[in-house]
Formats: sequence, structure tokens, C-alpha cells
Amino acid sequence: MPTKIEKDSHTGTETTGHVWDGIRELNTPLPKWWLYVFLATVVWSAGYFLLYPSIPLGGHYWKGLWGYSSRGDAMAGVAAIHEQHAAAMEQIAKTPIADVEKDPKLMQTALVAGRITFANNCQPCHGQNGSGRVGYPALGDDVWLWGGKLADLETTLTHGIRSGDPDARVSQMPAFGTDGTLKPEQIQQVADYVGIWWGLTGKDVDTKAGAAIYAENCVACHGEKGEGNRDAGAPPLNSKVHLLDGTRASIVAQVTHPQMGVMPNWNTRLDPATLKSVALYVHSLGGGE
Amino acid sequence: MFIKHATIERNAILLLVLALGAISVGGLVEIIPLFTIETTVEHVKGMRPYTPLEQEGRDIYIREGCYLCHSQMIRALKDEVERYGHYSLAAESMYDHPFQWGSRRIGPDLARVGGKYSSDWHYAHLKNPQALVPESLMPHYAFLADSALSYDNITDKLHTLRAVGVPYTDEQITNARLDLETQANALADPAALLARYPKAVSVPGNAKTVTELDALVAYLQVLGTEVDFAGTNEESLQQ
Repeated sequence: MPTKIEKDSHTGTETTGHVWDGIRELNTPLPKWWLYVFLATVVWSAGYFLLYPSIPLGGHYWKGLWGYSSRGDAMAGVAAIHEQHAAAMEQIAKTPIADVEKDPKLMQTALVAGRITFANNCQPCHGQNGSGRVGYPALGDDVWLWGGKLADLETTLTHGIRSGDPDARVSQMPAFGTDGTLKPEQIQQVADYVGIWWGLTGKDVDTKAGAAIYAENCVACHGEKGEGNRDAGAPPLNSKVHLLDGTRASIVAQVTHPQMGVMPNWNTRLDPATLKSVALYVHSLGGGE
Repeated sequence: MFIKHATIERNAILLLVLALGAISVGGLVEIIPLFTIETTVEHVKGMRPYTPLEQEGRDIYIREGCYLCHSQMIRALKDEVERYGHYSLAAESMYDHPFQWGSRRIGPDLARVGGKYSSDWHYAHLKNPQALVPESLMPHYAFLADSALSYDNITDKLHTLRAVGVPYTDEQITNARLDLETQANALADPAALLARYPKAVSVPGNAKTVTELDALVAYLQVLGTEVDFAGTNEESLQQ
């Protein structure tokens, strides 16, 4: 392989001197602008090394003159978001919940905060827009277990239901079946009676015995017409909006060994202003009183 | 130059050796400092090896390819911290072999999903995700509830993990089967389990057999809950 560098007669540029099968290669120099930009980036990198975390030094590393840290940057960003929210949230915190509604701008902020908090924390059980599912009440309708006024909602959200919080809403339905208060056939009879309200019991079924059992055991909490009692946390039974799956078997199971829902006391995780916002949001879903 | 360019180009072996050396420099200057810099893996309180049931759940997680849609890496970006919680630490993956950071988020990040939902919610959600989240794309994993967990080799598994650096104690390895069965039984007394593995969450299970679903839920419930952030100085984590 001859390595004779010669001037190309056509372009006037020198060749590399390599020849392969008679083909020679031009040794065109890099464009000047490119070369200077490259050298400028080398100078730039020296400044970058100096200002930002760069060189490892044994057990430590050069932290840079600006002390930048991507983690610190992220946390500062989070703090800035909170600060941005702080003014509005403070105002929500000190305004009585009923008065927030009267201030359209404040209300708008509260609804946004409420919606986002709801989607993150409440939606897994209560469903999108509070649509509810078996065992978890729907929040967009008129049926409330513990009351649908703003103050009621705020209390429920703050202290929860059977959550262990000292101010939690608590009610207990006796286990009529497992405790032996009612015999299995009596439970079937009372299920027939309650089934009237849900359209499960035909007109030809004799529900007198069931009515008597209901009057003796259930009326105190669930009411004469199955209208429920919010003070006792007893759900209405005469509504087709309920916590069970709507089958007769679910009534029998509930009377035999009741399932009682638990809602966390959110005061351990959310601040009062956020709780208020969620109450306002839930109130706005359609069922608020 | 004591070696001429022409000499290198004409000697394939020499070219190979020198090219390898040149390329290695690039890798070594990036990798070696990570072993020498003390803060590469943060010093935090609370990290412990997975319980046997969580470890089995982790294997199910890998087997089912959960990592293909779920990442376990909250990046240090304010939006991610706002949504998912504290950014992930290297220390939180130090007992993972291999880590499950993932690279795609078709579903949400799971790095801090532990304790966010109840175990009952996880059972219902894994069986039929759309029942709880209508817009979800997640496949159904109801079959896990019917598959008995195979954990005959749990003791060997912990031994193997210890060999690669997970600090399982002899006591933890001896009691592996017992701990696994305790955690999958809500009625069992978890005192001994909790002494060996703080914050372990007992899953409801069905009291008859330990299922693969039990293991997976136990694993999900511990994700991101171990580090004691209250007792950690935020400044010390910044790097």
C-alpha cells in the first residue's frame, strides 16, 4: 500500500496517501466553522464541569459551584407548587364550609382540589364521579347513610366510618344468624318481606311472618317503612339504591352475618382545607343536600 | 509516536486490544466512581429484605410481566413527586435482584403503591380491574386466586439471595416457610413475622391454601413503604 501524499489535480486538495484498487481518498480538512464550534464546546465543557456536579473524587464528588442537584430541584418545585396553593387553601381553611359556596372563585378552587383529591384517594372504592359499587355507596344520588349536608360530609370525611378514630361514625348491625337471634327460616321470611321493596318478592308470597320479624328486630333502626335512620347509620331498605348486589341471597347473607363497611379517617392524611374541598366536591356530584 | 498508525492498522490483534482499551476507559470512568462514592446508595433507615411471601409475590410479578406496563421508579421530577410521592432512592432497590424499575408506564408507577389501597381492593382489582377502574386496560389475573403458590424451594431461594448479597439472617432462612404461611393467614399471630420483618402486611387469603394472588398482594403492599422518610434528612439524599 503506497503512502504517497499528493495534491489532487482536480480539487487542489491533498490526498490521504492510501490507495485501494487504484482509488485514492481526498484528505479534505474540516470546515473552519465546524472546527471552531467544536473547540468552543470544549471550552464550554470546562465551565460546565466547574459549575455542575461532575468529577468523582474518591468517596465524594465535585458538587459544582452552583450546587445543583436534580433531587433538590424537584423538591424545590414541589415546595413552589404548595406555596402557590397555600394562599387559596388557607382561605378555604378559615372560611366556614357553607360560605365557600358563596364565593365563586374560592368555590372553583375548592372543586378542583376536591376533584383531584377524590380521584386519587376516594375513586378506588367509590368509583369514578362517586358512582359506587357493591359494598361502597354511590355518592351522586339522594340516598345517604350518614347525611348529605356539607357539614355531614365533612364530618364523615374527617373522622371516617368505623375507622378507629374517636369521633368516627359507628353503627353496628347485629349478626342475627350467627348469633342465633333468628333461625334460618326466619331470616328467609324477613328477606321475603324486605324483598318487597326491591321487587324481589312476588305478590303471591305470604310475608306476614316476615313483617312480624321485621317489626320486632329491624324497625328500631331501619324504620317502619324501611326508611332507614341516619342518626343510627341504618341504611334505608325501601330504596333500590343500596349497598348489596340486589339479590335475595345478599339480603339473607347480610341478616345472617352482616358486612359493615369501613371508611378511613382522612384527617391523618389530608389537611382540613383539602377535606373541606372534597366535601364540597362530593356535595356537587348531584346528591348534596 | 512509538507505535505508528500504520503499524496498528496492519495488526488486527493489536488493533483489537488497543480499541478495547480505549472503549473501556469510557465505561470505567462512569462505572467505577459509583462503587467508590459513598452516597451512590443512600444511607436510610428501614430497608429490610423481602419476606418470603413478598419474595414469592415478586417472582409472580416478574413471571406475569407486570414490569412491561408498570414502572417502579419515581423520578426526581416535581410532577412525579406530586403524583406518586417521594422520588425513588437507590437504597430502595438494593435488595432487588434484578430491580424492577421498568421503562414503560402503560399503567401507573407502582414504586409507592404499598398501603395506598386496602388488600381487599387489590384482590378485587387484580381479579377484575375494570370493575373498579372502568377505563383500565389491565388484563384480568383472577386465575392467580385459583393457583396454589408453589413454595417448596423458598429456603433455597433465600439462601441464593443471601449468596448475592441480600442480608437474610439464619433465623429468617430457618423460619422461611413458617413466615410465608403466617403472612398469608390473617388469623395467624404475626408477632414473630413482624419481629423479623417490620411492616410486613398480612394478607386475608383463604385460610386453606396460599395462592399466587396472596403472594402478589403481599408484595404490592410493601412497595415503597420501608424507608423511614420521617427519620431521614432530606438534604442528605440530595446528590
